[in-house]
Amino acid sequence: MIEVTINGKKQACEEGLTIANLLDSLGMASRAIAVEINQQIQPRDTHCLVEVNDGDILEIVTLVGGG
Amino acid sequence: MTDSISEERCQPVVASTGLDEFCIAGHTFQSRLILGSGKYDSFEAMRESFEVAETQCVTIAVRRERLHDSSGRNILDFVDPKRFVLLPNTAGCYDAETAVRCAKMGREILRGLENPGADWVKLEVLGDSRSLLPDPIELLKATETLVKQGFQVLCYSSDDPIVARRLKDAGATSVMPAGSPIGSGLGIINRNSLQIILEDLKHGDPQYPVIIDAGVGTASDVAVAMELGFDAVLLNTAVARAKDPIRMAEAMKYGVRAGRLAYQGGRIPMSRYASASSPEVGVISKRNR
Repeated sequence: MIEVTINGKKQACEEGLTIANLLDSLGMASRAIAVEINQQIQPRDTHCLVEVNDGDILEIVTLVGGG
Repeated sequence: MTDSISEERCQPVVASTGLDEFCIAGHTFQSRLILGSGKYDSFEAMRESFEVAETQCVTIAVRRERLHDSSGRNILDFVDPKRFVLLPNTAGCYDAETAVRCAKMGREILRGLENPGADWVKLEVLGDSRSLLPDPIELLKATETLVKQGFQVLCYSSDDPIVARRLKDAGATSVMPAGSPIGSGLGIINRNSLQIILEDLKHGDPQYPVIIDAGVGTASDVAVAMELGFDAVLLNTAVARAKDPIRMAEAMKYGVRAGRLAYQGGRIPMSRYASASSPEVGVISKRNR
């Protein structure tokens, strides 16, 4: 297991997961979201390729009402 | 005392189609009212307000996705990204670096949705949380970075004419000065600065979109902004927190139209003294003085 920070919360996850795998496990795969790892945006078409590493800081964001 | 708007510089522009359209980054709008999507009591009230206002452009914010409550409804279920231009903001960012990250996140989300606003950002870089006024230094930095990265940057700015000019020079697609602080409802406070901004940014470039963003309290504020010659008004709280948001949305629609027509109609100069509307000759009484 590795430890990653997702939206400010530390959590354990399996080693060797891609971003797509991780989103699947969080039930977010089909949602309108964007993913950033260590402050670098991760384009959608790379989600199947990029693996999540120990200590990574992820932001998973969506759209909400705002002015 | 005369109204000081330069008439030469601020001629209304009517598109060749004859419709009174305006253009941002190659996208044409018939509605000059841009609405925010925050602070509504319900998504339903928001959707109805957009309908009644006949807006074509809606701002949205980027926030962390909830990790454990996946049953929550998403705003995209209530605002069709194929019908409205969605304009993602960087609200809540206090430095250029974070604002740039936020803009990229918004773009990444919208790219998958066939939305014309995917490369657009309403850039907010705030100075403090009490005034929510922009930090002009960080705003300029963020604008330069985002323009280089291919964004259409619509800058929420202060009403400082020099800052506005610097933002346009840096490649901002539109400069959007505040009428007054966000959500304050104080309306258009500094007309003179705003008129200077309009003259300056539109000088030799009358189509350059300049939009009032923030501070609107009610429909007359919108009319005032449009009468000054702004291309559009962006507002959120004045509708979302009104007692009856849907009715207020309709009022804003007419406020924009009234103000725009008045601007095109060309107001009379102000004068300290009266000017009789009835003929001065043939009166049956003697003049008092």
